[in-house]
Amino acid sequence: MHLDDLNSQAGEWLRGEGPESDIVISSRIRLARNLADFPFTNRASVEQKAEIAEIMRERLATIELRGSKLTHFDLASLSKLDLQFLVERHLISKELAQAEGARAIHINDEETVSIMVNEEDHLRIQVLKSGFQLGETWEIIDELDDMVDRAVNYAFSLELGYLTACPTNVGTGMRASVMLHLPALLLTRQIDKVITAVGKMNLVVRGLYGEGTQYAGSLYQVSNQVTLGKSEEEILDTIVSTVPQIVRYERRAREMLLSQNRARLEDRVYRSLGMLKSARTISSSETITLLSHLRLGINLGLIEMDIGKVNQLFIRALPAHLQKMEGKELETEERDAVRAAFIRRSLGEI
Amino acid sequence: MLCQNCHKKAATFHVTEIIDNEKKEIHLCEDCAREKNVALPTGSLTDFISGLFEAHAEKEVPELAGIACPMCGITYAEFRQGGGLGCSRDYTIFKKALLPFLERIHGSTKHKGKVPINAGKDMANARKLIQLRRDLNKAIEAEEYEKAAKLRDQIYELKKGEDTNAP
Repeated sequence: MHLDDLNSQAGEWLRGEGPESDIVISSRIRLARNLADFPFTNRASVEQKAEIAEIMRERLATIELRGSKLTHFDLASLSKLDLQFLVERHLISKELAQAEGARAIHINDEETVSIMVNEEDHLRIQVLKSGFQLGETWEIIDELDDMVDRAVNYAFSLELGYLTACPTNVGTGMRASVMLHLPALLLTRQIDKVITAVGKMNLVVRGLYGEGTQYAGSLYQVSNQVTLGKSEEEILDTIVSTVPQIVRYERRAREMLLSQNRARLEDRVYRSLGMLKSARTISSSETITLLSHLRLGINLGLIEMDIGKVNQLFIRALPAHLQKMEGKELETEERDAVRAAFIRRSLGEI
Repeated sequence: MLCQNCHKKAATFHVTEIIDNEKKEIHLCEDCAREKNVALPTGSLTDFISGLFEAHAEKEVPELAGIACPMCGITYAEFRQGGGLGCSRDYTIFKKALLPFLERIHGSTKHKGKVPINAGKDMANARKLIQLRRDLNKAIEAEEYEKAAKLRDQIYELKKGEDTNAP
């Protein structure tokens, strides 16, 4: 598989399929693992990092997970644009893109599996599924983790579990998260209540795009905070029992908006479509906000459109994706014009 | 509660200042807190950890003073300054200092989750070895040499298996 092949596919997390996919965009689990015989990445020498990357390249090449092999990309040899492209697809972290020295990513063709090498921990194993499928996601990552476990020697203590560079990850080394689209809770200003309530369950809610209160696109991630003292199943159970409550709350807020403010809601959806279809220059964050309204409109049956295409635009209108599509680097202003043209073309086809 | 500065967004940062023995509470939203340079949990991981340690005035563990990890070389002083952990051995070396910290952030200091395949097998083997050695000593004491020879073979087999399983 070549890196550019990814540009033509949607990426698992925006496929828009699976249970509750009108609200739950994707389910993701990542495991932090380290090799016992090396210092953690931040303390490893240039040579040691190269050695770790080489060991992993060799050992992961033999792994075949449910009939699919992993492709290796040496991140040190990729351009800045390609790295940003991988960040936008949620395959690597921003930190790994900006880091120095030997580092790599191993991914499968469907982009459901990725293993980052030499991130904060030597290994960050990640599995992602569309929709609300944490149980299935856990089964896959557990299987993959066992395969990697057979190939290397994990840093582990019976008392403290998997040993990680940051003590906030020690124990299971697991971060499970669910990405939610909660436009109605944001519009009805109830999102803060949800964030507070979920916090009491030892879970964290974060906006996907932007910091603080500027949550462009109403996309939120709910994930566990604690990694020690609870089993993987217990941690997952907390999320699995909490998310349906948030989903129900969002649905109620949607119904309320429909019954009390239908005209205004329709207005917002159609104006968003109008802007997307006619803008001559548009930023990523405005695009995401407008697409979010459109997504809500489609899911409420206010407008008939292919949701898969709208989902894809969330990612294909991002800066690195546009530049890859154009085959060259673009300044912000050029990019905004190219983005507007691309969106007009895409929506014209719907 | 609304931010005391902009009066628009929800206050998520609560700072208590003590000036001239008078306690003063300030409640700010994230944006205003940033504007006013209130310490936010952003920036590097080490800053964050050092912040956590400082915020809770982690008690110094006197017997760790001057100790350095033989594997990665970080000292207790560096560790306390929020240099973070350098290798997995640090969890053993600085355990006394880490446990209270883990208790606070996780509410626990005992792993309950998954165990690596090798660790599980190693543990089972280790337990079996202890038992076999105990039996062997008993057999020798009781002058049951035939039994002792059998036990010695079993121990040998188990140890051999351990070596080939080593990654």
